[in-house]
Amino acid sequence: MAIKDFIRERFFPHIWCPGCGHGIVLNSLLRAIEKLGMSKNEIVVISGIGCSSRISGYVDFHTLHTIHGRALAFATGVKMSLPELNVIVPMGDGDALAIGGNHFIHAARRNIDLTAIVMNNRIYGMTGGQYSPLSGYGILATTAPYMNIDYAFDTVELATAAGASFVARSTTYHVQQLTKILRQAILHEGFSVVEVLSQCPTYFGRKNRAGSAVDMMEYFKNHTTPIGSKAKKDHPDLIERGVFVEKEMSEYCSEYDKIIEKAMKGRT
Amino acid sequence: MKNKNIKFVQGNEVCVEGALYAGLDFFAGYPITPSTEIAELLSYRLPQKGGKFIQMEDEIASMCAIIGASLTGSKVMTATSGPGFSLMQEALGYAIMAEIPCVIVNVQRGGPSTGIPTHVSQGDVNQARWGTHGDHAIVTITASNHQDVFETTVDAFNISETYRTPVILLYDEILGHMRERLLMPEPGELPLVERLRTSVREGVDYHPYLPREDGRLPMSDFGGVHRYNVTGLFHDMWGFPSDNPKIVHGLLRHLVDKIQNNVNQIARYKEYFLEDAECILISYGSSARSANHVVVSRRPRGERLGLLELQTLWPFPYDLVREKCANAKYIVVVEMNMGQIMQEVRKAVDQPEKVFLANRIDGVFITPTNIRDILRLIQGKGV
Repeated sequence: MAIKDFIRERFFPHIWCPGCGHGIVLNSLLRAIEKLGMSKNEIVVISGIGCSSRISGYVDFHTLHTIHGRALAFATGVKMSLPELNVIVPMGDGDALAIGGNHFIHAARRNIDLTAIVMNNRIYGMTGGQYSPLSGYGILATTAPYMNIDYAFDTVELATAAGASFVARSTTYHVQQLTKILRQAILHEGFSVVEVLSQCPTYFGRKNRAGSAVDMMEYFKNHTTPIGSKAKKDHPDLIERGVFVEKEMSEYCSEYDKIIEKAMKGRT
Repeated sequence: MKNKNIKFVQGNEVCVEGALYAGLDFFAGYPITPSTEIAELLSYRLPQKGGKFIQMEDEIASMCAIIGASLTGSKVMTATSGPGFSLMQEALGYAIMAEIPCVIVNVQRGGPSTGIPTHVSQGDVNQARWGTHGDHAIVTITASNHQDVFETTVDAFNISETYRTPVILLYDEILGHMRERLLMPEPGELPLVERLRTSVREGVDYHPYLPREDGRLPMSDFGGVHRYNVTGLFHDMWGFPSDNPKIVHGLLRHLVDKIQNNVNQIARYKEYFLEDAECILISYGSSARSANHVVVSRRPRGERLGLLELQTLWPFPYDLVREKCANAKYIVVVEMNMGQIMQEVRKAVDQPEKVFLANRIDGVFITPTNIRDILRLIQGKGV
């Protein structure tokens, strides 16, 4: 199936600004899905609220555009009720880790088979450029006109500590790697988290003098490095890319099937 | 003769029995007094029939999870009390907007805030009506005894499927924790409404949000052959976001009209001695038990008392209340709040000044004596 077959052309053009990184994530996601050879009827894309969350409307799967921060809670209901479905949950950084932070850690703790994608542009884009829990110290935003004094979460460390069984990071510059990682994440049985560093030239870029979309992607190129590289040892400030965690753990819905078996036996 | 269908149970257990009878497949919830027994029992009973139970991280997540599960074709429910019900309001609005069948049980306790968790109240009547933001219609039903709790619970699922809407079961602490007799209906004894699914075949354009002529919307389950978008934004017939004023207006009208135009179909009530009643008591939920006692015990003494027990609170049956109360000298609303249904009764009747309130708001169950004392005051007989 061609990439175009995964798109709802009827609903284009999309709402994203010129230079936005989210279209690149959409492209990578569809290429990853294309390689999996799944039926479109088996895939559900569930999102929350924000620029990134509009991704669900553009793809020709079962799509659920929910409320701010709660995509993973809706997804837990869908997945548990019908575990055969492949459930992908794209979220923004504020959506996933501010208002949705509690659902994020609990979905990770349960190890329910969802693919969480955190499209991290370090800003609230849809409301016009407020700081998020991933903006980080020293950043400028419309709600941090002097300077942001909140420290950022490290998505990878947070997901790992919460118990996610697959944790990875990539960027909109490294599209080949991103596609590969997304494919792995969807295939992984258990809760998988993929953080994607994505550029928002309109708000984050302008406020923080980060330049054009191309400049921002170049920043991803120059300030990230593969996990465990020599460059990381020489320059500890570099952000690592790649798969941090990939472990086999019993998955939540499979565990619940055992509960059903037990409950039914007790009855006869 | 021993009848194995007779049980002596708590109201919360009755609610569970009713939900299972109605075909509950999926429950998500969070512990809260006085509704917790519903979650406990379902964690035991649901997997026995292949259903699913999950304890979520909070009530917000519980409400979201049941909406997600409903979209796959499951019959779903959550149960909570005041504080948890407050947390569910945003997602409740989502279920209204996206037209997703689900049942929310609120076993009421005293509020506001943490309030008085182990004591009774009926203070969430207006929250059930207006808790979520924006113009909307909602269905809220209740009952006063275990037999009716069973039937009302089954009815909640039926209404939810018929109108593709969330239905709130507004019980209270007394109903939830009181034990009394329940005669379990036989399978097939009560009618069950199953989900209306689309007959549109694969490959033919399916419009998930284009109502049929009768206002109903046939659904297609997630995982089926029709892939469509579900959103909390105003949306067109494909479920895609729209800010076209015609579409916005049309959808809001549809959401409100599908409930308001069926007030009479949705209205459940019981009446006792209304024909010649000079004084009509109006009550609902557990307080209707005391009101009923007053009526039944005073009638033999020649007091022309009657009772209208409302089981459907929202949409409020204004016409019904006006007709039933047309000849009454006094109307006394018996409830355990500061007059939330009394206000609606005043809107309904021709002479609002003849509507009085008999209430308690101290966490203590209102007794027949409490009601009689207030009746004497109203009738100018002193206490």
